[in-house]
Amino acid sequence: SLNCLDWSLLTPATEEMLALAEEVKGRFQGDPSFEYSLAEINPEAAARLVQSGKEPVMKEEARLIATIEQIDRAVGIVPRGAFVKTPLGSVHENRHFEGLSLVEAKKLSSYFHFTEPTNLKNKTLLEKADLDPSTDFLNSLEHDIPQGKGSWSIQLEKGGSVVVLRSLLWLGLTFYHVPMTKQFGYVYFGTGEKNLDLPFML
Amino acid sequence: HGPYQPHEPGYGLDQPGYSPYEDEIPDAQARMLAIKNAKAYLLKTSTKSGLNLYDHFATILTKILDEQPANTVDIIETISQDVKWAQFRKKMDTLRDEHLIPPTFEAAEKCKALFIKEAGEEEHEELDEEMGEPALPNVMETAFYFEQAGIGLSKDECYYIFLAFKNLISVQPIQTCRFWGKILGLEMNYIIAEVQLREGEEEEEEREEEEEETVAEEKEMGEGEEEEEQKEKEPEPPKSTYKPPPEIPKEANGTGTNKYVYFVCNEPGKPWVKLPPVTPAQIVCARQIKKFFTGRLDAPIVSFPPFPGNEANYLRAQIARISAGTHVSPTGFYQFPEDEEEEEGGDTYEENPEFEPPPVAEMVESLAMWAHHVKGILKQGRCVWINPAQKSEEDEEEGEEEEEEEEEEHQEETGQPLLTLISEDEGMKNIPAWTAQASTNLIPEYSIAILQSNRWPGAYAFASGRKFENIYFGWGHKYSPESHTPALPPPAEAEFPSEPGITEAADPTVEEELAFKAAQEEALAEAEEEEEEEGEDD
Repeated sequence: SLNCLDWSLLTPATEEMLALAEEVKGRFQGDPSFEYSLAEINPEAAARLVQSGKEPVMKEEARLIATIEQIDRAVGIVPRGAFVKTPLGSVHENRHFEGLSLVEAKKLSSYFHFTEPTNLKNKTLLEKADLDPSTDFLNSLEHDIPQGKGSWSIQLEKGGSVVVLRSLLWLGLTFYHVPMTKQFGYVYFGTGEKNLDLPFML
Repeated sequence: HGPYQPHEPGYGLDQPGYSPYEDEIPDAQARMLAIKNAKAYLLKTSTKSGLNLYDHFATILTKILDEQPANTVDIIETISQDVKWAQFRKKMDTLRDEHLIPPTFEAAEKCKALFIKEAGEEEHEELDEEMGEPALPNVMETAFYFEQAGIGLSKDECYYIFLAFKNLISVQPIQTCRFWGKILGLEMNYIIAEVQLREGEEEEEEREEEEEETVAEEKEMGEGEEEEEQKEKEPEPPKSTYKPPPEIPKEANGTGTNKYVYFVCNEPGKPWVKLPPVTPAQIVCARQIKKFFTGRLDAPIVSFPPFPGNEANYLRAQIARISAGTHVSPTGFYQFPEDEEEEEGGDTYEENPEFEPPPVAEMVESLAMWAHHVKGILKQGRCVWINPAQKSEEDEEEGEEEEEEEEEEHQEETGQPLLTLISEDEGMKNIPAWTAQASTNLIPEYSIAILQSNRWPGAYAFASGRKFENIYFGWGHKYSPESHTPALPPPAEAEFPSEPGITEAADPTVEEELAFKAAQEEALAEAEEEEEEEGEDD
């Protein structure tokens, strides 16, 4: 939506769109039908498209969709325990989630990416023993590259009553959580560009 | 269910003597006994927790029947856990936990200090009336306007900042003061106030700084002399021919990049820290690096090219760059005073009393209605260009002769004069430098014009009638369409120029040496024969 009044449904992202969107750099224009000329940016992709019979352009709408998908996949996070996995494999909200404690809220390891887990099997047996399979089935944040400080900034605001995580990879993604309550969520306000300079900036 | 018909499966089972369990428990008394045993088992108290299963089940069932949650069978385990948890809380221990002070309370205590009105305030109020304009900026009013644009902090935080400013004014001798903005950091954020100190105070500080510098220099000279004495005893290693480029002096306090003094604090309620004035070297280096702020002013900046200073200096340099790049005001609001000519030092401007604010629609449509009121920073790192060759005269007195040969021609750099229109700002690629929009299309009478900078994402300006303000909320970095590529280290210096005298060559082997010796002897012998011949000839 451009004016918060008229909303249009976006189609889900395809792999092709994601690959193309990585090539396009620069700000969004604000016009969903604007077309980026791929010939300038990536002649190979343009050639491929031409061969398959389509025009070598990318619409801003597709770029928007791909960017949203990328952001969700990369930095969409939830606190530990908010979602549980049943033995049948389906994941749903934990109605008894009462929030993280203050101590836990300050630790990066108590937040998870809300995407398909990838590295659970790589953990050592010791770590696996501590995990509770119904709640710890997602990637934790502390393994985000770069190691050490990671790509997140955790801050307590309002004297510790709200914990705010900001992503450094996608500048503008803010996640909030009020400890000991069920409230959490994340929003993105920004230019829609990945921060590729992250390793230089830490 | 009613009485079963003969063709139904349960027929006849309810008659005594035909139920399926009959062969196990023949009579009622034994059944009662079995029930009592079962109940006794359920009532058996656990040795670990002091609960028993019977009560636990009873509580669970009561809770379920009271609350009637959906899909109870799926969450039965969590309900059971909750009940157990509730049990533990009611347990009265003789040992009570120490009342933990939540950190919220501590933070609130700090903020409480902001709210306390000082006793000596009445005197201050009288002084302010004499001064004329109030020094305290109306943060809440600014926040209101920016809120219409969707930019800003929460009302609570704005109010805390307001009170923190009040504290700052009562502590420091301040002439004018403005909320510059907030820069985010990894661990903590910075709240920044742009301040002009009253004139007498600045001079004192300058004198103090100069004294410190001369004392430091004297110490260095003393140490240098000692080192030289030691060196004279030993043969000196070859001196490097590298001479660092002459240091460009920083601008005096009150002009150019150091026109304003900046105070920062991590949170309202914490003490304000003054940032040191910025030097051109720091600005030049800050242009080449891109680092996140951690939130601690004494953190070192590890980068290449190495940044001269710590995080406080880097922060000050970024503030200077952002101010120079994005502080704008409606054209005509400020004008040059008519007496002064426009020299290089055209730094002063004053408010134009005849300024008529253009309508909001115009301010949004054309960027020519806005002008920078801060001087841009040249490549050198200063606002006013200075010829570094002038300084080399002083260096010559110290006895270095090589400088005359190596002086480079410094071209005079001119930047844009003060009060240039922002329509002349270049964009990057096809992105304009500024984006303007009105806050609302629905109520044009009360809408305000809002300007967003695309070069420094996070810098905003608004204008509405005679009021305007600039602010910055962001990470403190410039926008670049390409990725940041750090400078490569310079090539390693050559140690010695290649000369035949020191070029490595394989030593001649023994055979070669013998051959050479034989050849030499032959030559000698020939020479002797020649001499003998010549002698014989005579």
